[in-house]
This record gives sequence, structure tokens and C-alpha cells, in this order.
Amino acid sequence: MTFEVLVEVRLLAGIADPQGATIERSLPALGFAGVSAVRVGKAIRFCVDAPDAAAAETLAGEVARRLLSNPVIEEATVTVCQPSPTATGGTQQP
Amino acid sequence: MPAFADSNGRHAAAVTPRIAVIVFPGSNCEHDVAAALGGLGGAAELVWHRERSLAGFDAVVLPGGFAHGDYLRPGAIARFSPVMAAVAAVAAEGAPVLGICNGFQVLTEAGLLPGALQKNRGLTFLCTDAELRVTSDRSVLTAGVAVGRALTIPINHFEGNYTCDASTLAQLRDEDRIVLRYAENPNGSVDDIAGICNEAGNVVGLMPHPERACDPLLGSGDGAVLLASFLATAGARAASADSAA
Repeated sequence: MTFEVLVEVRLLAGIADPQGATIERSLPALGFAGVSAVRVGKAIRFCVDAPDAAAAETLAGEVARRLLSNPVIEEATVTVCQPSPTATGGTQQP
Repeated sequence: MPAFADSNGRHAAAVTPRIAVIVFPGSNCEHDVAAALGGLGGAAELVWHRERSLAGFDAVVLPGGFAHGDYLRPGAIARFSPVMAAVAAVAAEGAPVLGICNGFQVLTEAGLLPGALQKNRGLTFLCTDAELRVTSDRSVLTAGVAVGRALTIPINHFEGNYTCDASTLAQLRDEDRIVLRYAENPNGSVDDIAGICNEAGNVVGLMPHPERACDPLLGSGDGAVLLASFLATAGARAASADSAA
């Protein structure tokens, strides 16, 4: 089965995020008030062939840990979606 | 006879050390560092990242640039290049290994040095001369260089903001492994760190570019002080390998 996977990579709490801080500082100039705690990360989507969701999550977790994130400064969360018979990777539109 | 000597006039060897300068797709300082090492009496050779053996080399340099486009994170993909297993192997054997700028980022991603390089504090790409202080002489890059010596060497990076957790920083300090500090912190690096070494002192990473400061005509000759120290260690290693053969 093919599972769609979403890996979100975020800077660890306490690691300075100059991109997030710059975005946050720019918002009042555009008239947006009350926006705080802006943090910039990455979202990485891919497809995994695996016998079941648990196996897909294990594999995706390894990919997230060994390549997609640097544990010194980042953390990653892995979300495995329901198997998609039409999933072929890339940027499919519904 | 090689012409190099470190700043104490130490001529380490009668054997010209062979230095592998690793070339990743996207490296762009390999010719500069090879020319600088050659000018100091080393024999530098460019080695493509798909090479799996570093046999016959006395030392290794990972040059600056944008290995694999810096995609994902600087060094994140380079650490999986085939040559990196050989770099780790010769590092474990005690060979001098130097990572400059992007090379430093690759060494941290590969786990050969602790910590990580983040985006500069001011989110600005920095390309300027930096005033440095030598703060430890227990690395192959600074052996024989007086602690406290001031050096002017250019920096050229967007992700040079060194960070690590508190226990790693304490360990780096306790073990005298912070080899270079900025006189004025340009990028937010913790403890003004510009360069560190591993526990044995043979693996060194720094953000400044010593190869761009090897001739007063380029504005500074201070980088030659560091590269000469590196070559002296590599030369001593070459000489001992020669006499053992």
C-alpha cells in the first residue's frame, strides 16, 4: 500500500528563529495586530510503500530523524495519512 | 624539501604531505584552498565526493561552497556522499581533517564535530573581514600558534551561527576545544565561537576562510599561519608513515 506522509520540521524551543522574528516584526506594518510566537519550519511530503500504516510510520520516522531534521536544533513530527490508491508522489491536485 | 613551517619555525617533515581536498557538487573554494596549501608546500589534490578511498593521503580538507546546493540544510545531504565514510575513517585514525565554512557545516552534520550552524542572527549574508583570536593551541589548525594571537581572516556565510546545547558547550570549554573566537561576534555564535575541534584535536571546523588570507596582496596573510600549522601536522604524519614503510 502507498501512504502519504507529512513531516513537519520545527526549530526546537529555545533555538532562535530570526526568520520567524522578522516575519513577526513585519506584521504590524501591514496592519495585522495580535500575531505572536511566529516560528518558521519546513513541511515535507512524500509517499511510502509499506504493508501497513505502522510500518510506513516507522520508515518515515527514520527518514525524518536521519535526514530531514537535525536533532541538535530541530524536531520533527510525522503524520501518516490513510493509504491512497492513486498516490504517485509529487504535487497531485485533487 | 617542503617550504612550509609553522609560526614557531617548526619544519615538521622532509616529506611533502598529500592533502585530499574533497569536491562536492556545489563546492566552490576547492581551487583556492588547494592553491593556498600548494603555496605553503603541501601537495593538494582534488578528490570527487563519490570516491570511496582516501588511501595515500595524509590529511583532508572539506572546502567552502554549497555542497549539494545546501538543500534541506547545509551539509545535510553531503554527509551521505560516498567519500564521507572514508573521511570518518581517516579522522578516527588521527589524520588531520579540516572543514572550512560549508566544510564545517558538513562535519557537524556528519557528527564528526558537535553542534550545528544556524542562520546568522541578523539574517544577513556576511562577507567581510573578521577579527579572530586563537583561543586554543590543541588542534591541528592552531598547534604552534600562540594562544591570544589576533588574526584577520574573511568570513563569507549565511549559516555561521554556531549553536550547541549547554552541556556540549561546557565540554568544549573544559576540554579546551574552542580554537578560534570572534573578537566582535558577527553572527550570533554561542560564546563567540568561530572554530572548534574534536576531542583528539585532529578534526577542526571553522567558518572563516584561511585560504583567502594567505597573501598580504589579498588583504591579509594571517590564514597562512593556520594552514601552515595544519600542513606541519600532516607533514609529520607523512614522515612517520614514510619511515614506517
